Amino acid sequence: MRMLPKIVPRVLPVGDDALLVEVSSGDAAQALHAELLRRRAEGLLAVREIVPAARTVLLDGVAEPARTARQLAALEVPSTLPATGAAVEIPVRYDGPDLADVAAHWGVAEREVARLHAATEFRVAFCGFAPGFGYLTGLPARYDVPRRTTPRTAVPAGAVALAGPYTGVYPRSSPGGWQLIGTTDAVLWDHARTPAALLSPGTRVRFVAVGAV
Amino acid sequence: MTDRALAVVRSGALTTVQDRGRAGFAHLGVGRSGALDAPAAALVNRLVGNGPEAAVLETTLDGCALRPRRAVTVAVGGAPCPVTVDGRPAAWGAPVAVPAGGLLDVGRAVAGLRSYVAVAGGVAVEPVLGSRSTDLLSGLGPPPLTAGTVLPVGPPDGGRHARVDVAPQPGPPAELVLRVTPGPRDDWFTPQAVRTFTSGAYEVSAASNRIGLRTLGPVLERAVTGELPSEGMVLGAVQVPPDGRPLVFLADHPTTGGYPVIGVVRGADLAAAAQARPGTPVRFVAVRR
Repeated sequence: MRMLPKIVPRVLPVGDDALLVEVSSGDAAQALHAELLRRRAEGLLAVREIVPAARTVLLDGVAEPARTARQLAALEVPSTLPATGAAVEIPVRYDGPDLADVAAHWGVAEREVARLHAATEFRVAFCGFAPGFGYLTGLPARYDVPRRTTPRTAVPAGAVALAGPYTGVYPRSSPGGWQLIGTTDAVLWDHARTPAALLSPGTRVRFVAVGAV
Repeated sequence: MTDRALAVVRSGALTTVQDRGRAGFAHLGVGRSGALDAPAAALVNRLVGNGPEAAVLETTLDGCALRPRRAVTVAVGGAPCPVTVDGRPAAWGAPVAVPAGGLLDVGRAVAGLRSYVAVAGGVAVEPVLGSRSTDLLSGLGPPPLTAGTVLPVGPPDGGRHARVDVAPQPGPPAELVLRVTPGPRDDWFTPQAVRTFTSGAYEVSAASNRIGLRTLGPVLERAVTGELPSEGMVLGAVQVPPDGRPLVFLADHPTTGGYPVIGVVRGADLAAAAQARPGTPVRFVAVRR
């Protein structure tokens, strides 16, 4: 359980019935998101969508935006991330074409990238880009990597990739500029399944190395 | 498949199945989608006796042609266009009977962009996350229609279609006036850019689509040059990408984005935005919330 500095939300109105709640860090945004979900579950917050992102949580379709904005500005957010259920395990072959580049950025050997990545507990900070695409945090800031200077026109489904502070898994083939470090057979998104998304905001995730590195 | 079905004879430039969309999944990266001109979709549903949740077809500029296997009641609305059944003129904006095996042709829009075709019973493709809408950004829902596609039709609701000659519908705009509430990121722009946004002459760009209405016109200069961390996006958000031209998010917009939003267009003005052809003048007018 990580302790966070006191969280002071800034509330920005968005259109006529949405509010953007901004905090100072990604961890604070995750704590704020958990608190807003709790308040909605307890009937204290009437809202259609709660959309976490990097430093913000968007509340869209707010029943009483002015009153809710005043309440949120005074919100006390617990400065710990709540414990969630068991971690989702994602088997990975660390065989991505950018493994050598990432190893160079990290200043370690390629097999060490795999070891460090698989030893990290991740958490889904938010989703976006495509249905079921999660932005996972957990690596220390020294392992941030830039996007590729030239994005690929097609990244295959199941590609495990890094960009900035995030790890992500491509749910389906799409263009992409992230650094590819591995491949998984896990199905990230299947709309015929319940739930459709393997990863949703707040989910804990571990990558499990399979095969030779 | 039952004989309650429509065969697509001509798909037109882009015809998709749309209903009221799939709200409530933005946190998973799933946008809302749904008919861009929602009042027009609701009207054609009423004209054929459907509930407001029924799925309709949304065409783009040049209509489509359909052949029902069994006699059906349809209605065409939204962008005005010629309607024919087996080559004979039929009503636009009113219920029309199409016999089994007859050819319904929804012609090229004479004004506006998107015509809507409702069929009694609704287009009954399998819903995805509670909606039958095609989302062109995420790929959810049925693919855009192609010639040869056969669409299932639901059971009509007792045939209680509206008894009207022609239902009044707003004409497509000669000038698109979009009311915007400022923010949440208007402070990322210079004061001059904020003034330019609500006083400058823009026009609809041909690069517009169901994801966003793109504009051509004066460039909006940023005061903050850093990168905005990705944040949640709402329908009607006016995002300003690096080219400096405001872009209004429509139904298939991404759920998160990394360019600052200078203002948000009122929901009631988005139907007109859906019908504005490339070249239409656009004005953004600041309003208080």
